[in-house]
Amino acid sequence: MHPAFSVIFLTTLIGVGQGLFLALFTGQFYALAKLLPAQDSQAFYAVGCVLSLGFLLAGLVASFFHLGHPERAWRAMTQWRTSWLSREVIILPITMLFIFLYGLAHFMGWNQPWFVLADGSLPVDTTLVMGMLATFATFLLFICTAMIYASLKFVQEWYNPLTVFNFIFLGGASGFTLAAAFSAYAQANMVSFYGMWAVILTLAALLTRGASLWRNRRLKHKSNLQTAIGIRHNKIQQKAQGSMGGSFNTREFFHHKPEKIVRMVYWFFLLFFFPIPIALLGASYGIESVYLPMLAFVMQYLGLMAERWYFFAEARHPQNLYYQAIA
Amino acid sequence: MDFLTDAAGIKTMTQLALIIDLNVCVGCHACVTSCKEWNTSGWAGPMTDFNPYGEDPTGTFFNRVQTFEIGEYPKTETVHFPKSCLHCEEPPCVPVCPTGASYKREKDGIVLVDYDKCIGCKYCSWACPYGAREIDEKQKVMKKCTLCVDRIYDESLAKNERRPACVMACPTSARLFGDIHDPDSEVSETIRESGGYQLMPEWGSKPANHYLPRRKNRITLHRDELERADNPLKKEGILPEPPSDQKTLDETTSW
Ligand code: SF4
Ligand code: SF4
Repeated sequence: MHPAFSVIFLTTLIGVGQGLFLALFTGQFYALAKLLPAQDSQAFYAVGCVLSLGFLLAGLVASFFHLGHPERAWRAMTQWRTSWLSREVIILPITMLFIFLYGLAHFMGWNQPWFVLADGSLPVDTTLVMGMLATFATFLLFICTAMIYASLKFVQEWYNPLTVFNFIFLGGASGFTLAAAFSAYAQANMVSFYGMWAVILTLAALLTRGASLWRNRRLKHKSNLQTAIGIRHNKIQQKAQGSMGGSFNTREFFHHKPEKIVRMVYWFFLLFFFPIPIALLGASYGIESVYLPMLAFVMQYLGLMAERWYFFAEARHPQNLYYQAIA
Repeated sequence: MDFLTDAAGIKTMTQLALIIDLNVCVGCHACVTSCKEWNTSGWAGPMTDFNPYGEDPTGTFFNRVQTFEIGEYPKTETVHFPKSCLHCEEPPCVPVCPTGASYKREKDGIVLVDYDKCIGCKYCSWACPYGAREIDEKQKVMKKCTLCVDRIYDESLAKNERRPACVMACPTSARLFGDIHDPDSEVSETIRESGGYQLMPEWGSKPANHYLPRRKNRITLHRDELERADNPLKKEGILPEPPSDQKTLDETTSW
């Protein structure tokens, strides 16, 4: 498939935003359980939510560049019964709304408990309720985004549950790395906590993404030129593809880059998403520097963009069989 | 699905489709040009072109003819392969559309795009394994073959003109049009009797359009069939003598 930058930005930016929110809420949970020092509601959670919303909003804006008629985008909410894209369009603003309410509750200091659970040790306040709702929405959003790709059964590289896990772990890992950078910046004393989780999630992503890379390399495609035109002969050569200067079909479904570049992006994504951020986060255990986690996030985000580019480039659409000259 | 009831009260459904005979198609592109001519100026138009007379012309087409060479020289065959939306019975492109712009008509099974609803997200084109949909880069909406829905029901046209433009234009009659759900229609009969097949059946999309394979008519002759076994001149000698009381042919006719 052709990797469109609008879609690369959309999926990576919202992934970071979602991951960052999950990190904030995880931190609050640990603090509730008295495993971590509580953070300042306004300076940490509210500002963190603004940051998370900023990423989600940037992703949303990027998505509009993908549309031919953005002014009609509201229509995309109507077919949620059948279309994962429609479901994503609905759940994205809902996620943003709950994250906003979560941040607002922290900002306004709405921490009067609604009721108390577990013998008085778990006060349930507005932040906790909004946080739970936002967490639920965040996971739904991950699933919807991934299912847009994972539901296309003839794009066999994507048609697999691994796609969903990849979106969750890749987005989650980058969000937790950002959380580490953010808490370093905010001097919030949570760097090693977020750093540890970021490394765990990055390793989880390595496992699932590695598995999908391995699967895709060994993949046998069900369609071939013989089934595409229905002629039984081992040697079929395309002589004309029905257009001279190319067509939508020759532009949309192939990356048009030499194999060398594709390999380069592949190694770039493997290096920048996995070992480099892990090393930088690991180093920030020893060296107390604000810049190490920040650098880790920037590197990992670059790696994530490369990963998404490669995700599209590696998918082989069966329609390309009709355009032998390009794929 | 909408069911129409036939005379005997049996429910039937209509699925209009094209049958394309690869044995007959000569690759003249008459269907391509007449499709473009009819549709660019009609309900589904315009079908925008870019750089039509310059280098690298490109544009929107509902129908394209591709050419494949089968086999290795000197044992090759050229196959011209017209390609358009197959109006699948289980169209994977329809449920993915987030706006409902893509739909399948219940009345006759034609798959259409509502240009006023389409947001140009291109998701449906990803969900078509055949690459039958093309975005119009000018209007920014998805376009595809309409089976000339604005022709085939137009009562102001003569009856034999209420057919898709490509079918009308084909000089070799390589394209047939009709209802593949009616077992007695010309198209159904042709599919059954001439080996009509579907493209990429592996995805379960059940294309309504069918293709007819290349066919060679061969007969097997045996040596004895080359000599006329019942040649009277040769056989005369070995025929049994007619009984003596039977009149011979010479006695009854004068030739
Ligand atoms: S050929 Fe493609 S566009 Fe046409 S109905 Fe089938 S899946 Fe949809
Ligand atoms: S491009 Fe138009 S018709 Fe296709 S899925 Fe998007 S909104 Fe639907």
